Amino acid sequence: MTKIAKRVFDTLILGAGGAGLRAALQLSQADAQVAVVSKVFPTRSHTVAAQGGVNAALANVSEDNWHWHMYDTIKGSDYLGDQDAIEYMCRAASKLVYELEHYGVPFSRLDNGKIYQRPFGGQSQNFGASQATRTCAAADRTGHAILHTLYQQNIRAKSHFFDEYFAIDLLRDDEGTFLGALVIDIATGEPLVIEAKTTFIATGGCGQLFRTTTNAHINTGDGMAMALRAGVPLQDMEFFQFHPTGIAGKGMLITEGARGEGGYLLNKDGERFMERYAPNVKDLASRDVVSRAIATEVREGRGCGPKGDHVMLQIAHLGADVVKKRLPGIRDLCQTFLHIDPIDTAIPVFPTAHYVMGGIPTDRHGQVVATFHDGPEEVVSGLYAAGECACVSVHGANRLGGNSLLDILVFGRAAGNQIIKHLKEHRYHKPLQEDAIDKAMQRLERWDKKGEGESVATLKAELKQVMENHCSVFRTAVVMQEGVDEIKKIRERLKDARLQDHSRVFNTSRIEALELENLVDISMATMLGALAREESRGAHSRIDFPTRDDKTWMKHSLYHLDGDRLDFKPVRTKPLTVETFPPKERVY
Amino acid sequence: MRFKIYRYNPDTDTEPYMQEVELKETHPGMMLRDALLALKEQDPSLSFRHSCGEGVCGSDGMNINGKNGLSCITPLAELKEPIEIRPLPGRPVIRDLVVDMGDFFDQYRAVKPYQIRKDPQKDVEILQSPIDRDKLDGLYECILCGCCSTACPSFWWNPKRFLGPAALLQSWRFLTDTRDQAEQERLDDLDGPYKLFRCHTIMNCLDVCPKGLSPTSAIGKIKELMLKKAI
Repeated sequence: MTKIAKRVFDTLILGAGGAGLRAALQLSQADAQVAVVSKVFPTRSHTVAAQGGVNAALANVSEDNWHWHMYDTIKGSDYLGDQDAIEYMCRAASKLVYELEHYGVPFSRLDNGKIYQRPFGGQSQNFGASQATRTCAAADRTGHAILHTLYQQNIRAKSHFFDEYFAIDLLRDDEGTFLGALVIDIATGEPLVIEAKTTFIATGGCGQLFRTTTNAHINTGDGMAMALRAGVPLQDMEFFQFHPTGIAGKGMLITEGARGEGGYLLNKDGERFMERYAPNVKDLASRDVVSRAIATEVREGRGCGPKGDHVMLQIAHLGADVVKKRLPGIRDLCQTFLHIDPIDTAIPVFPTAHYVMGGIPTDRHGQVVATFHDGPEEVVSGLYAAGECACVSVHGANRLGGNSLLDILVFGRAAGNQIIKHLKEHRYHKPLQEDAIDKAMQRLERWDKKGEGESVATLKAELKQVMENHCSVFRTAVVMQEGVDEIKKIRERLKDARLQDHSRVFNTSRIEALELENLVDISMATMLGALAREESRGAHSRIDFPTRDDKTWMKHSLYHLDGDRLDFKPVRTKPLTVETFPPKERVY
Repeated sequence: MRFKIYRYNPDTDTEPYMQEVELKETHPGMMLRDALLALKEQDPSLSFRHSCGEGVCGSDGMNINGKNGLSCITPLAELKEPIEIRPLPGRPVIRDLVVDMGDFFDQYRAVKPYQIRKDPQKDVEILQSPIDRDKLDGLYECILCGCCSTACPSFWWNPKRFLGPAALLQSWRFLTDTRDQAEQERLDDLDGPYKLFRCHTIMNCLDVCPKGLSPTSAIGKIKELMLKKAI
């Protein structure tokens, strides 16, 4: 077998979205040797598509503090979030937003020159008493502004990028220490081993599981699947957020900021139906609540359009100035994809697959944690994760809008700091055995097999349809059991799938095949987790188990690839310094 | 719908060629990217970059009936048949519609596209009035798709010496940001006959920008500022 080229770094970062770039910056500024591997040029990462903003209790518009933010996040999580991690995140938020501003993020401004903030769903003053205004925004292009700025600062800090390299698998030694990854250069098809003392997974979400999604083509959960194959479980994968306002039938995201600025939802009777579901905050209830309300309106025959399959989002009353100034991006989207101008016409919307709350289990320092051989939970040596691919868990069963950009900043930075500590304690690289590389290479070489077989595109389309039909906003055991059977069949058929194109140079078919393998493993984690959880909590709504069951189910699920096994661990209900917020009925 | 697509795979082809293909099924509202994905199902070897599908990631710049644009926000219905698709002009082709954007990104990095502060850092935000913030509109929204620079004849001739419209737009984005404190350094960096002054206001850049930005006016403003500083 030909010798594979090797490069050696202190740290390998997989993924160049907000979490990867924030960690890379921390590390480069500390003079660590960082390799950032991304399957797309960094500014193509999906952080770029985040619109509405990032939460921090700056109190620029109205009174606010991190403790209220913490309460809202815990309530929003339907009490499944870990309260120590949530306290940590909410405390750090302001500092990290100011830091971004110093890095150059072009935040919108208030008349007094401070950062503009808008109200978002599920945020309150004084522990639920009144609406807060906590989401810091750069018009409705906040993700774009943050991602580009973080990339720019990494240029300044001279982080080393491997643009358009795709990670095949993680590499580890016999003792279980992670030592880097096997990647391929997409442009040449050549494999490369990147050896590192620490590996940080920041590969983002897996919205490509579903047919209609706000997520980009690249969101295939590569890092989560790599972790699974390396024996690390995935946590809470049954909790998948459906954003209330995706463009109906198409999926493009219309920011929650549209409702934050004063927009509201209407059914076919022109009724502001959210008043019935959330009498206090109406259209600014938590995302899970609003998505269920929309789905219910449509199911009960009050949907709009010839098929009655969506509702309308009205922002016309805000006036042309507000729309142009605060929501220019979604106006563009409406004009491009719907040929309407939201300044005078309502937008057809429907809940659309958006964000996975679950992921690779970590502690609040970004260290991956797992249980091996039924022992207590322990830190996995050399492996870190943050952002959507990880589960700290700060989002629990339902993420609040504006908390994902915060998550990637806080835990990207925290992981960076923890890695710096690790590097100080581990001055030398551990040796990497060749057989670890061989095993990873097999995953790549499997697709060199020629001959007849099903196409990757066919299987991917089927998988996405299965997920949409069997694991959507409302779920039942019967439907999900069918879903599990369907995924098992797809998993078997995937073994006999073949590529038609075996060329080396920029072979996107081969990348898509590897991505599909990742998606199939994650779909099983999602469906099995959802089938097992016999309660309704946050984004997970069971028609057959309509209430939350804190006695049995206030615990995190853990899916192991080996034997499709599930086990559980308790929620961390003890914050760092303040009192626990005990579970209460969730009313908005 | 009929297409003529630029094809070249260095593994199997000795030279590039235009492939004529037909797409049987189209639907209302279909974008060019949807069509290319459908064509890729017919022939999986067709290679092109794409990701977000809504014009924010900047992956899928290509030359569409002679004009640069993003496939994901180009409605099929507006295109004359046969739809001729080529890679972005003037860049080395890696394969099919995928080009090497190395020089383009090198030039972007060359303008120090990051905020430089010399004052000690505060523990709150640097204040900026809404009017000053408005100056960044039309600049910060750039998605680095490369449509402008690869439509610029000056960039075709001097891709290593002329910074090109995308990089210069970013240069002005930081020059005009009231928070940035490196104005003189930035202007000094642009000195000489090539980096900035190879722009001959041909204005292809603003004609093709999928985000409606105008690098030409940004370049004009840099020149104005230079002049002002020189006298």
